[in-house]
Amino acid sequence: MVSQPFLIRGVSLPDGSRADLVLDDGVIAEIGSGLSAAGAAVVDADGLIALPGLVDLHTHLREPGYEQSETVLTGTRAAAAGGFTAVFAMANTSPVADTAGVVEQELALGEAAGYATVQPIGAVTIGLKGERLAELGAMARSRAQVRVFSDDGFCVFDPLLMRRALEYVKAFDGVIAQHAQEPRLTVGAQMNEGALSGELGLTGWPAVAEEAIIARDVLLAEHVGSRLHICHVSTAGSVEVIRWAKARGIAVTAEVTPHHLLLTEDLAASYDARFKVNPPLRSREDVEAVRAALADGTIDIVATDHAPHPIEAKEVEWDAAANGMVGLESALSVVHASVVEDGLLDWSDVARVLSSAPARIGRLRGQGQELAVGSPAELTLYDPAASREFGTGDLAGRSVNSPYLGRTLPGRVMATFHNGYATVLDGRVEEVGA
Amino acid sequence: MRHLLSTRDLSRDSAVELLDVAEDMADVQLREVKRLPTLRGKTVVNLFFEDSTRTRISFEAAAKRLSADVITFSAKGSSVSKGESLKDTAQTLAAIGADAVVIRHHASGAPQVLAQSGWIDAGIINAGDGTHEHPTQALLDAFTIRRRLHGAASRGRALDGVRVTIVGDVLHSRVARSNVWLLDTLGAEVSLVAPPTLLPVDTDGWPASVGYDLDDAVDAAPDAIMMLRIQQERMDGGFFPNSREYSRAWGLDPERFARLRPDTIVMHPGPMNRGLEISAAAADSMQSSVLEQVANGVSVRMAALYLLLSGERPSSSEREVA
Repeated sequence: MVSQPFLIRGVSLPDGSRADLVLDDGVIAEIGSGLSAAGAAVVDADGLIALPGLVDLHTHLREPGYEQSETVLTGTRAAAAGGFTAVFAMANTSPVADTAGVVEQELALGEAAGYATVQPIGAVTIGLKGERLAELGAMARSRAQVRVFSDDGFCVFDPLLMRRALEYVKAFDGVIAQHAQEPRLTVGAQMNEGALSGELGLTGWPAVAEEAIIARDVLLAEHVGSRLHICHVSTAGSVEVIRWAKARGIAVTAEVTPHHLLLTEDLAASYDARFKVNPPLRSREDVEAVRAALADGTIDIVATDHAPHPIEAKEVEWDAAANGMVGLESALSVVHASVVEDGLLDWSDVARVLSSAPARIGRLRGQGQELAVGSPAELTLYDPAASREFGTGDLAGRSVNSPYLGRTLPGRVMATFHNGYATVLDGRVEEVGA
Repeated sequence: MRHLLSTRDLSRDSAVELLDVAEDMADVQLREVKRLPTLRGKTVVNLFFEDSTRTRISFEAAAKRLSADVITFSAKGSSVSKGESLKDTAQTLAAIGADAVVIRHHASGAPQVLAQSGWIDAGIINAGDGTHEHPTQALLDAFTIRRRLHGAASRGRALDGVRVTIVGDVLHSRVARSNVWLLDTLGAEVSLVAPPTLLPVDTDGWPASVGYDLDDAVDAAPDAIMMLRIQQERMDGGFFPNSREYSRAWGLDPERFARLRPDTIVMHPGPMNRGLEISAAAADSMQSSVLEQVANGVSVRMAALYLLLSGERPSSSEREVA
């Protein structure tokens, strides 16, 4: 796609300085003040913050197989609306992304959609069944160059299989992203186990079921000298285990979702299944712990776990409802509300946890780079002074299962540039037709 | 009363009022003609997603004695077993013109979802949802205790200072939950006794004391002791080694029963596992209120339907006419 040059005027960079940016030919061509560029579209960015394009290490795009929930096109439109320029697509599609063929198909769908880089994640085990390793090497060597492997939705529970997976992916600098959930401790689990689950009569999902797997896996990672990534850390105890592991020098990284940074289990008392998610919303103490862990680096990144579901999967009794929430469109505002407003993170920290660190963990080139001359033109412009009641009009994907509908959130993504062209301008998703 | 979803959100005054209306309804039950004309023309739907013959026929009897039209909808063999959603079922019932829906559902919170959904305008009565609540059971239990203690002078009274011990599978029991909240609201002192595996992980916020030893609880001489049913699936679920051990430690066997005060009320929501959680000696004794509970269940459910659908107590003239 031939892209028009853009001149972004008077934007604030993550470090707080003010500058003009020229985007041309897919890169940041100039940074300075009083810039002009012939033929460029001018974006008045007064009051806006420029961040490197956001990178989500944990997105469910649902295609192939669950197109009633989301497609690569609709999911990456949602990504763009949220300021993302790259998403890692989880493997629990149908067919499962456990072969080179499926991951290459996803890559191609992402390229065709043109809204964001789609980097497929490969399944660890065939069909996510936790029995035999999928063709990890073939996926790594495919055109999709898979480096992140995950059975997300299911825990790689068998300790020997987990050990083998951790060892095997060392051959191509891969990482296993573990969905830490001890299956026997969470049979039929519906919400965080505690006083409230007992009162509501909903089967509990105890924190120990997450913490026990993380403890096992950091020890395995240490033993075999491999990289381990922990998906959606949700409890204070998990934070303690990861902190201990990092202090020992174990190569573990961890993510927290926006919803675990902001929302608590109390919302389950409504039995409104929009608040049903796995791992479940936890207690206030857990929320405080994951916020502090993100601030001190124990948790490396924020990842959305964007999980679209059709209305009929949520407009049902709690037990029957699907787990998951959409999160791409709201992620930056939720991070803003949960950890920026109270000063735990500044905007350069946000650039790290939502862009550079996830790109580094996922070994994704051309994303998550500093805003500097010569860097790829992957960036987003955010209005931190805005405030809005979040509504379905703010969602750009196919599904509306957002826990934030009706809630006032700060900030707004005003523009997103991917590959030098605008996927969002004036707060609206553009038609890009690659 | 718009809905009856839980006892948690029932105030003391409205609970006592409901029990008083149930007394009026119980009086009607003593007559030759047991029927009141009050809900003539109203349609009550019994929507049962779980088998429960006892609760269903109790609600049926209650609705019919108030002259309501009763439609019973069982999930088995219905559109629900063909995959119909709760939403579609509710909208269908709304289209039929249901004034009240009595719902029994295996999912905790399903009645609340129905009540707040906007799918149906009818009043909702929770007839037992998952392991959450079973408010009419707790109300009939409270009614039974009050009648035993105060007889004809029950009206207007609560249960202040009455000591009630609930024994068994508290973890999975909607009966226990509803009773804990309601009995506390009415001023009673509640003790829970169970194996640790059958208690919720955190009951600090419950208005009840919690213990593991039934012998201690028996020796504390409660005013009422309520034995909960042990479901078959718990016996196989590893919550305790086997039914013999459960029975030895947490069953109301003849020896423990004999140690109770002679006026301690022995309660069970039914159906009973005789020889497991309760012995025949206890179940068939004069102290047992098991059959009274069943009879009182109809009166309490009449009261609930009445308050839901007509909103006020029956006038004395109305009671005369019937």
